[in-house]
Amino acid sequence: MNELSLHILDICQNSISANASLIEIKIQEIIDANTYTIEISDDGHGMNAKTLSQVSDPFFTTRTTRKVGLGISLFKMACELTGGTFSITSKETIGTSIKAIFKHDHVDRAPLGDIEETLTVLLMNEAGIDIRYVHTYNHQTYYFDSREVKQILGDVPITDYNVILWIKNNIKEGLLSIQKEEKNEVSR
Amino acid sequence: MKSLDDLKKIRDAAQRKVTMRDKQDGIRILVGMATCGISAGARPVMNKFVEEITNRDIKNVTVTPVGCIGECSIEPIVEVLEGDNRTTYCRVDEDVAQRILDEHILGGKVVKDNIIGKFRV
Repeated sequence: MNELSLHILDICQNSISANASLIEIKIQEIIDANTYTIEISDDGHGMNAKTLSQVSDPFFTTRTTRKVGLGISLFKMACELTGGTFSITSKETIGTSIKAIFKHDHVDRAPLGDIEETLTVLLMNEAGIDIRYVHTYNHQTYYFDSREVKQILGDVPITDYNVILWIKNNIKEGLLSIQKEEKNEVSR
Repeated sequence: MKSLDDLKKIRDAAQRKVTMRDKQDGIRILVGMATCGISAGARPVMNKFVEEITNRDIKNVTVTPVGCIGECSIEPIVEVLEGDNRTTYCRVDEDVAQRILDEHILGGKVVKDNIIGKFRV
């Protein structure tokens, strides 16, 4: 997987399998500290201590169709390749959260890629989960919250394709504008 | 989030549409979206379906991401469900997705080059 957003999509599928209703994705880019932090938390059914100790092992999976589970182990590897740190915590019935701190300027740190595609694919899942996405770039922050969108939509489903396209554009433009605003601030 | 006014316009337009999209009606497209599918390129395929369906205003077709379909080595896998008929496509990329829409969904003819029988007997 050559985009961080693909890893995020993959990790969030675990949240959906854990019957989460809300997934929070927080990305924080701090150039001065040279960190690129990705935090994903859900309110799914969580894991017990034994399962938690096994999830980073590629030969552990809860699925029945095959014997390897690569999602978390691939994300962990991508993070550690940049000299970063990876941690996962979980509590049964409360939820699970993953935190990966990448080195921002490391040559192996993959680009984020099309995060808007990742988020819309997640919203189109039949489980109907909600997503809160917060992206900070130095001092500027963009956020997207599907609960606010649903409130405006009323009885129109969020999976309406024109709504999906609107969401994609909103995220794309939002992320571009925080980068631009940050540059303006620096040049001032 | 900005430009929420545009979202309200989209909502109003959707409410005016008389056609109700029922999950049980019409054609369903399922895209395998587990680790295997994602790393083989399932996300741009799903995106292609959504964009084409919206831009061409194709009715009664829903696209849904699903988990692992079980044949990880020939992902991305796309299944087309019409009533009791199920067609399984393998190694789908954006070009094949376009063909599935044009030839199968709209034209009614299965795209034989990519059905699962070509890869697994």
